[in-house]
Amino acid sequence: MKIGVCVKQVPAKDAPLAIAESGGWIRESDISFETNEPDAYALEEALRLKEKHGGEVVAVSMGPERAKQTIKEALAKGADRGIHVADGEFFKLDPLASARSLAAAMEKENFDLILTGLQSDDQGFGQTGVLLAELLGRPHATIIMAIEVLDGRMKLKRELEAGWFEWVEVPLPAVLTIQSGINKPRYATLKGIMAAKKKEIATVERASLGVPDAPTEKIERIYVPQKTKKTEFITGSPKEAAAKLLEKLRHEARAL
Amino acid sequence: MKILLITEQHEAQWNRVSFETLAAAQQIAEQTKGSISGVVIGKGVAALADELAGYQLEEVLLVEHDLLEKYTPDGFSAALRQVIEGAKPDLVLLPHTYQVRDFAPKLAASMQKGLIGDCIGYRHENGKLIFVRQMFQGRTAADVVFTGDAPWIVTFQASAFRADLVARNASGKAAVKPVAVELKPEQIRTKPLERFREAKQAVDLTQAPILVSVGRGIKAPENIAMAEKLAKLLGGEICASRPICDEGWLPMDRQIGSSGQTVAPKLYLALGISGAIQHVVGMKASRTIAAINKDQNAPIFEVADYGIVGDLFEIVPALIEALEQSK
Repeated sequence: MKIGVCVKQVPAKDAPLAIAESGGWIRESDISFETNEPDAYALEEALRLKEKHGGEVVAVSMGPERAKQTIKEALAKGADRGIHVADGEFFKLDPLASARSLAAAMEKENFDLILTGLQSDDQGFGQTGVLLAELLGRPHATIIMAIEVLDGRMKLKRELEAGWFEWVEVPLPAVLTIQSGINKPRYATLKGIMAAKKKEIATVERASLGVPDAPTEKIERIYVPQKTKKTEFITGSPKEAAAKLLEKLRHEARAL
Repeated sequence: MKILLITEQHEAQWNRVSFETLAAAQQIAEQTKGSISGVVIGKGVAALADELAGYQLEEVLLVEHDLLEKYTPDGFSAALRQVIEGAKPDLVLLPHTYQVRDFAPKLAASMQKGLIGDCIGYRHENGKLIFVRQMFQGRTAADVVFTGDAPWIVTFQASAFRADLVARNASGKAAVKPVAVELKPEQIRTKPLERFREAKQAVDLTQAPILVSVGRGIKAPENIAMAEKLAKLLGGEICASRPICDEGWLPMDRQIGSSGQTVAPKLYLALGISGAIQHVVGMKASRTIAAINKDQNAPIFEVADYGIVGDLFEIVPALIEALEQSK
């Protein structure tokens, strides 16, 4: 089974975010980046499918030069090779143009299965997997919690709302978006990290793909959200703050 | 502005978020002097179309087909594309449900259109609609606009609008118009099988008057015990945001949020929870919300009544000590 897995590099969860002067994006210069957590579950699922059914796992990431680090981490965990779709200003693309670029870069690979995380922890549009399926003419299923590969098709467990699930059958080749929590992503071993150094990362300039990227939508500005509720902040030493909070909850809010 | 509102049902039962989106559609229609066509899609759903016609909108489009009895992304996208191409709306609104997330990007892309999904609001400024959504897990908001031609497709997050504010039809009922769509069985590649719930939920968090909820800030599974102790002293239950249950530190049935339980206790105490929208939709109706987080910009403080910016590993033991002393 030849599996393509899309991994995105996003600002680290605890990175202090500052809005860029243009107002349209964050200041990228002084923060650290990491692999988008939902994509780590997709990668793990791809590696497990390969271990069970054989084949190849190709990690695909779009972004500036630094995105290669995310591919290297995937290679260290066991992916066989990587494709870096290079674009220094990739944050300016809308979901459709991003997906068109990824689709163009992945099309000739003819993957049996493409996996993505459910959404990215930066823009969080949550559209890439579904768009890839449409653009590549493949069926898809989203929010997947279990994959059983049968003869030429898959039986999948989809998460629905409020604790409900659904089994669904999807023919291969297909695209799936993986729900976080489906598995326990592995850590890279030292051996894996060493082996990754010999693995190939092919770089494709996004501009060379010639896909239409006129935006259908645009992020005009990002900003710290306005509060909808007035929070009363309680200060003091931990002991004082704890005592004050309990006092407020008992006598002001009458919640205790 | 001509608005097409696409509702959601399952086995002829509404997904109630549809009415929140209807409330949004009514508000936008009023501001833009526009009109609303409501869409009910499925099979055997005429009664729902009739019910929808009792609300303030211009018409209800009833889209029925044997192949729409069960939801499939292929069937719903193909059918709704025909409906949109026939009705030629400026704006298509959908509730941001799991089902919509599964097909709406496909539907939009099949028409070479963009989709602004998961919006929590909008503004109407100088004749232009600006959609507001969260980014960076709620740490920032973003204003997003369409740059291409209509139709513009938008989904609204659950609880972004109030379903109880939806206006009834003042002049009786709107017309219900059946819309025929062409679908062939071979167009539908996925096959939905049975729906089920996992083993009966051991704990009904919706009945707990007090909930102590832990997020990533709890750092390690061995620290859960501290939060459990606090919950016990307060006479409440322990629960968590999704990442904690994904890690297996607490069982999935203790999860609060869009994929877990929706609660409204007397007191919700959030420990080390940043407050991503997927979590907040499950607890924001709580009567009193208190949050402890080391990041003063954490979005949880947007919904909290009381906040302590600090180290939960110092504050929680202090709370435990104070409660033990007052016993």
